[in-house]
Amino acid sequence: MSEYMGVRPVSLYLHFPFCERKCRYCDFLSGPAGEKTREEYIDLLCREIELRAREIRRAADGSQQADACSSPAQSGAAVDSVFIGGGTPSLMTPAQAARVMETIRSCIPVLPDAEISMEVNPGTVSPEKLRGFKAAGIGRLSIGVQSFDDSELRLLGRIHTSAEARETFLAAREAGFANINLDLMSALPGQNIETWSHTLEEAVSLGPEHISAYSLIIEDGTPLASLLDAGKLPDLPSEEEDRRMYHFTKQFLASKGYRRYEISNYAKKGYECRHNCGYWTGHEYLGLGLGASSCLGDERFRNPDKMDEYRTAVMSMNDHNSAETMRRERQRLTQKDRMEEFMFLGLRMTEGVSESEFERRFGVSPEDVFGSVIHRHLDQKVISRIPVNVTGSSDDGSDFRISLTEYGLDVANYVMADYLL
Amino acid sequence: MASNHYDNIRERTRNFCIVAHIDHGKSTLADRMIERTGLLTSREMQDQVLDNMELERERGITIKSQAVRLVYKAKDGVEYIFNLIDTPGHVDFNYEVSRSLAACDGAILVVDATQGIQAQTLANVYLALEHDLDVFPVINKIDLPSAMPEEVRHEIEDVIGIEAEDAPLISAKQGIGIEDVLEAVVEKIPAPEGNAEEPLKALIFDSLYDSYRGVIVFCRIRDGVIKKGMQVRMMATGAVVEVVEVGYFGPGQFIPCDELAAGQVGYFTASIKNIKDARVGDTVTEHTRPCAEPLPGYKRAQPMVYCGLYPADSAKYPDLRDALEKLQLNDASLFFEPETSLALGFGFRCGFLGLLHMEVILERLEREYDLDLISTAPGVVYKVYKTDGTMIELTNPSNLPDPAKIEHMEEPIVSAEIMVTTEFIGPIMQLCQERRGRYLDTEYIEATRAVLKYELPLNEIIYDFFDALKSRSRGYASFDYDLKGYETSELVKMDILVNKEPVDALSFIVHAAGAYERGRKMCEKLKEEIPRQLFDVPIQAAVGGRIIARETVRQLRKDVLAKCYGGDISRKKKLLEKQKEGKKRMQIVGNVEIPKEAFMNVLKLDAGN
Repeated sequence: MSEYMGVRPVSLYLHFPFCERKCRYCDFLSGPAGEKTREEYIDLLCREIELRAREIRRAADGSQQADACSSPAQSGAAVDSVFIGGGTPSLMTPAQAARVMETIRSCIPVLPDAEISMEVNPGTVSPEKLRGFKAAGIGRLSIGVQSFDDSELRLLGRIHTSAEARETFLAAREAGFANINLDLMSALPGQNIETWSHTLEEAVSLGPEHISAYSLIIEDGTPLASLLDAGKLPDLPSEEEDRRMYHFTKQFLASKGYRRYEISNYAKKGYECRHNCGYWTGHEYLGLGLGASSCLGDERFRNPDKMDEYRTAVMSMNDHNSAETMRRERQRLTQKDRMEEFMFLGLRMTEGVSESEFERRFGVSPEDVFGSVIHRHLDQKVISRIPVNVTGSSDDGSDFRISLTEYGLDVANYVMADYLL
Repeated sequence: MASNHYDNIRERTRNFCIVAHIDHGKSTLADRMIERTGLLTSREMQDQVLDNMELERERGITIKSQAVRLVYKAKDGVEYIFNLIDTPGHVDFNYEVSRSLAACDGAILVVDATQGIQAQTLANVYLALEHDLDVFPVINKIDLPSAMPEEVRHEIEDVIGIEAEDAPLISAKQGIGIEDVLEAVVEKIPAPEGNAEEPLKALIFDSLYDSYRGVIVFCRIRDGVIKKGMQVRMMATGAVVEVVEVGYFGPGQFIPCDELAAGQVGYFTASIKNIKDARVGDTVTEHTRPCAEPLPGYKRAQPMVYCGLYPADSAKYPDLRDALEKLQLNDASLFFEPETSLALGFGFRCGFLGLLHMEVILERLEREYDLDLISTAPGVVYKVYKTDGTMIELTNPSNLPDPAKIEHMEEPIVSAEIMVTTEFIGPIMQLCQERRGRYLDTEYIEATRAVLKYELPLNEIIYDFFDALKSRSRGYASFDYDLKGYETSELVKMDILVNKEPVDALSFIVHAAGAYERGRKMCEKLKEEIPRQLFDVPIQAAVGGRIIARETVRQLRKDVLAKCYGGDISRKKKLLEKQKEGKKRMQIVGNVEIPKEAFMNVLKLDAGN
């Protein structure tokens, strides 16, 4: 377990499964609901936070007792990041957001510099509401802009226009948000490098700290998939066009001071999303709310994803049965699982994985476990292995980082699949 | 024992088989006869008792001969002993049919009332007549609305020339007319001849290897008696063994008895460890009182189709060898010898009777022995005459001598009969022409049906001819062939290069005139089969070092998951696992990953036409 200032840091993910209307490409757990349902859900969520927070603290205390060598400074678990995602969490009232945040703070220590993010949809927030979120303790906003082309927005089934996206961004700045992400989408039907570069330029002109640029994935069973199948939408960009957009994104954003730090994520220096980096580095996270996923200790699991089942579980949960009541699809992570994940999640980040960190965690070197794969990938030029100096290291002071090359990032699945044992 | 005892049994015995075109209801009729004679109640019956190999049931075909003894009390009040010997229906297994026929005195010909005579009906009847069997027809599936029993009756008389006036009209499926068939067996099939007083003279018509009892020898007693403790000699091999057990065939089991006398069909065991010591076709006689002359044996089946078989995991090479040895114990027609391939490593060159035989063996190896196999292009045996006057039989294209040293080459030719409804004559003739067929004749069976006679090179029909025939006749054409002989032909070796490297496992011999077309199709097909790699992969077809066709598998450009956050990890990991499983199905040749199926699939060029 990684430690931070003597405590066991945990990330929290809070799921808000409601939206005004389902977008055409969306296969997430979300849907429209009335105010009453939303309020009831916030009640359930707060109850869940109270009980689950106690569960984590007990686990942290327990591990402390069990570990005779642990430092006396250790004082259990603390939250280092919170991410409120959805659905459309900005449909919450500021009062609800405040309740949720207060519940968290009252149950589990939140580190002073914790990153607290919320997803926001343009068209769902007034300047006043944004001020309310800020007051509730939200520090970072992730705005689902997707495109600055109105016809593309209509095609995706978004509820807002590009003008509204701009207004939301400016209002957020006005409300005091100094850390804002814009979500954008490339590879849309009918999109070409001109419309895409227009979207990127508009986004950059607003000066956000962070940009996520996703290449659209057509998920089976979504309206977008059926519309495409039926030939009712413009063609998807050709592979060449798609790659051109993808590579343009990196070059253009780099020229504007945004460094690509993960397959789809770009940030100004120091503004990388700590919460998401946690997912790629094996950080523990507790998912709260309908269908939310967690990875705690050596177990990965999910909350119930049907509302009735979730309600029953939360209402019947107590201090003694919280794990059994809430955890679904429980999966015990073996050393093998952890090594695989260390590699295929870590390689999503452009800085890649550290060999010495691998060795520290697993007691064997990546060379021992993945030697032949690493050599083949080096030959194929899909990964690179670069020495870095580690200051304060006890041994010879050098480490190597393995990371995907530019082409390796393009074919990341092909490469990552080889790190499954 | 008194000779009239043996004569009495002999006169009440009927040894016969059922012959039919595939799917005309042979096995179902056998089942009904077994059921009706009370050997098994219908509750005990598993469908198609005689097809007891899992694969046989699944495919609805009979591969190995099976035999069963039935006791039938006829209307004349006498109890008859029926030895029903089931025979395979497919052309690949004609040699098995021959063997079984040698044990019979008569045959029931089953003809489907909805389809009439088909190619294999004719082939099997001719085979039965060649063995001097008395054949009587039954017309099956009369319960179906499209049945035309009267037309079929005339067809049998006109086309085959056997009496069909009183042919039983039956439905084996519904159990209609089975009694008539049983009575007809008594009346129309002659009792076996032979003399129990004479020295033992028995024909080995099949054998089976059993790990406890050794080889179980299936035999038809022509003269004399065989019993436990007797010293017997195999006349061709000279092996002398002591009989441990004799018996007859129960349904799916062996039933020991005291002795088998002239006219009987049954089995014996004698602790024979090597199946080669009990060669099918050999004559068994008593060691101390041998018969004067052996029975005329029959020709051993020669493999017609060869391919390379390789374990996908090279560590499984010994397992593959063991499995082939075990299969060979019960299938003397399976041939194999070790070979190596640059692309595929260590494996075996295997010989089969035909493509179905090959598919059956491959499936059995994968299923019963849990082996993951790669098979190379099936080919025929070519005769290569060299300039130094010697000749080699070429079973592996990689072994083709330097073209400068080749005087000429010969390829096997078959005589084929294709039965087809007249509306499809055009497409089928075109298919035969595409396959270098030489047209001989058309015989009209009736206004709407004809038999096309062609001579075709065997190598043109081993891959996908059967599929093409079916697809071009909407399933109505049927087909049978016989090896005719060898003819000189202008043949060349085609090499396939993947990423500039020749892949030996994909080389094949082709007629020069069709080389360009075949090369082009092979490249196109391989392009579909080989997934995109991390670099452009050229695929080329070459004859004698000259590139005649080329395709390129373009470099993989994009294969990436845009999002992977907390809730996605499990699902994304499953995706990667699937991808990894896909990679496992690949064979790395040079530095290109080729799916194992590709080696087989590239040959199916004509499917879907």
